[in-house]
Amino acid sequence: MPNNPSDLILVDQLSKYYRVANKQPGFKGTLKHFFDRKTFDVPAVTDISFKISPGEIVGFLGANGAGKTTLLKMMCGLIHPSTGLVDVGGFSPQRRQAAFLKEITLVMGQKQQLIWDLPPMDSLYVNAAVYGLSDHEAKVRINELADMLELGEELTRPVRKLSLGQRMKSEILAALLHKPSVLFLDEPTLGLDVNAQARVRSFLSEYNKRTGATILLTSHYMADITALCPRVICIHKGKLFYDGDLDSLANSLSPSREVKVELKNSCSSDQFEKYGEIQDLNDRFVCLLVSRDKLTDVVSNLLTDFDIIDLEISDPPIDQLIGKLFIKGEVN
Amino acid sequence: MKIFGLSFKVIKTLLTTQYAYMLEYRIEIALWALSGVLPFIMFSLWSENDVGNTFGLNDIGLARYFLSAFLVRQFSVVWVVFSFEEDSLSGRLSPYLLQPLHPLLRYVAAHLAEQATRLPFALAIAITFFFLNPSSFWLPSLPQLFLAYLSTHLAFSIAFLLQSLVAALCFWTEKSSALERLIFVPYLFLSGLLVPLSAFPSNVLKIAMLTPFPYLINFPAKILSGMPVDIFNGFLAQVLWILILGPSVNILWKLGVKRYTAMGA
Repeated sequence: MPNNPSDLILVDQLSKYYRVANKQPGFKGTLKHFFDRKTFDVPAVTDISFKISPGEIVGFLGANGAGKTTLLKMMCGLIHPSTGLVDVGGFSPQRRQAAFLKEITLVMGQKQQLIWDLPPMDSLYVNAAVYGLSDHEAKVRINELADMLELGEELTRPVRKLSLGQRMKSEILAALLHKPSVLFLDEPTLGLDVNAQARVRSFLSEYNKRTGATILLTSHYMADITALCPRVICIHKGKLFYDGDLDSLANSLSPSREVKVELKNSCSSDQFEKYGEIQDLNDRFVCLLVSRDKLTDVVSNLLTDFDIIDLEISDPPIDQLIGKLFIKGEVN
Repeated sequence: MKIFGLSFKVIKTLLTTQYAYMLEYRIEIALWALSGVLPFIMFSLWSENDVGNTFGLNDIGLARYFLSAFLVRQFSVVWVVFSFEEDSLSGRLSPYLLQPLHPLLRYVAAHLAEQATRLPFALAIAITFFFLNPSSFWLPSLPQLFLAYLSTHLAFSIAFLLQSLVAALCFWTEKSSALERLIFVPYLFLSGLLVPLSAFPSNVLKIAMLTPFPYLINFPAKILSGMPVDIFNGFLAQVLWILILGPSVNILWKLGVKRYTAMGA
């Protein structure tokens, strides 16, 4: 795969295998495991290729064990690929050169780098020293990020006394102190309540706009992906099977749209069968799944044929679509 | 100014932060200091049985040796393998690997900060020892103190590198603390913690001196207690062991980190 100078990240035919040993249950299995351990390679990521441009926000989607976190760990240099190539800004990540490490950061949900028994501020000043920031630079940067993250006195309280949301925001602050240009975020909103998730999302969006940083994100919360990532890369059983914009993915997954109708009078299902697939029918409310090419005609006919109080057209919820995608393992 | 490639600011920040962290655990550290009383137990055992002469020492010499062994142990004790294993298994090592600072240097800072925290407790125990054994009281000369300080730090460096070598095996075995036992047993017998090495038969002593263990306790303790000791060869052996172990840790680390799977992270 030729590298275009405008590409920040190049991943070419990347694979990672983990060596694992199986153990049969019971005493006999334990003895056999002890004396004659059989190991074999399990593919976590298989032959994945893609490119990412500077400033992009890309979401990695996949079920548990799909390989998205392994992929992220290879891109940030935490683990070595078995085969293939990763290039991030001209660096080979697994070499972990200081110049590369100063350009990136990794945030892992519910994993901490802050010192548990000390206030975040102590860890922040350690990070500032490690990354070579002057005291003045560190102070300005901490204030700027603390403002964006709505952190104040929390920074001077022991980490163990902070709520999960405050801790996560402090972790993000620590991870961004050195102004990295590439952010690897693995489940950054894991375990946070809805409001805290929204704050982290809006911060990341704002950070991307202000600094032009490239953000690579994995999340099980579809709200994170829909709010932040115009582009998604779907991984299933270690293989890439979709790379493109989220809207196209939704269209390809669901060629139909939902039409919700509120009627003036009660109705029966046989009255609606000819308009589309009935998803739900309850007295005066009906929800139909209508193919996109027939949508205009169907809506027009519904308005003519029935006494309608309200009508709403929407896409099926993206998380349901993605869920279906993981089960099927393919895109139409 | 840079020391081992680190700016003074990084060193200062790491040490002060780790010291603040250790102070949070001051009671635990006091208990750790107290738990290092093995040399005193050995002293009372040997002096009760009147075997000091066998070691070439009178009662006062024996008391001074074991107090010195206690103090050297306090400032050369190493636990990096346990912290490293925990960090490796829990995934805490991952962010450290992605920062432009060798993760082992964080553990060095933690050890040095812990030593500073131990200092008042160790001194209090030494004063209590003198109170109970007034005849053993002595004040080492300044050159003696300086050489003992230097050899204790070199002993710490050897112990740290030796344990880091085992810790790096975490990349292969995951539970390398079990392997640490392989070091601990010879350390216990050959370092001079249980008995001064002068008590060993000459053949055993010759073999022991080929290992790094006598330079971890016996050599610095002899300097501090004022016992006759071959200063030049002792320091030479300490430096040689550091020169052997340092690159070995570096090579093993580089090989091991390629196998890191960031489990738990």
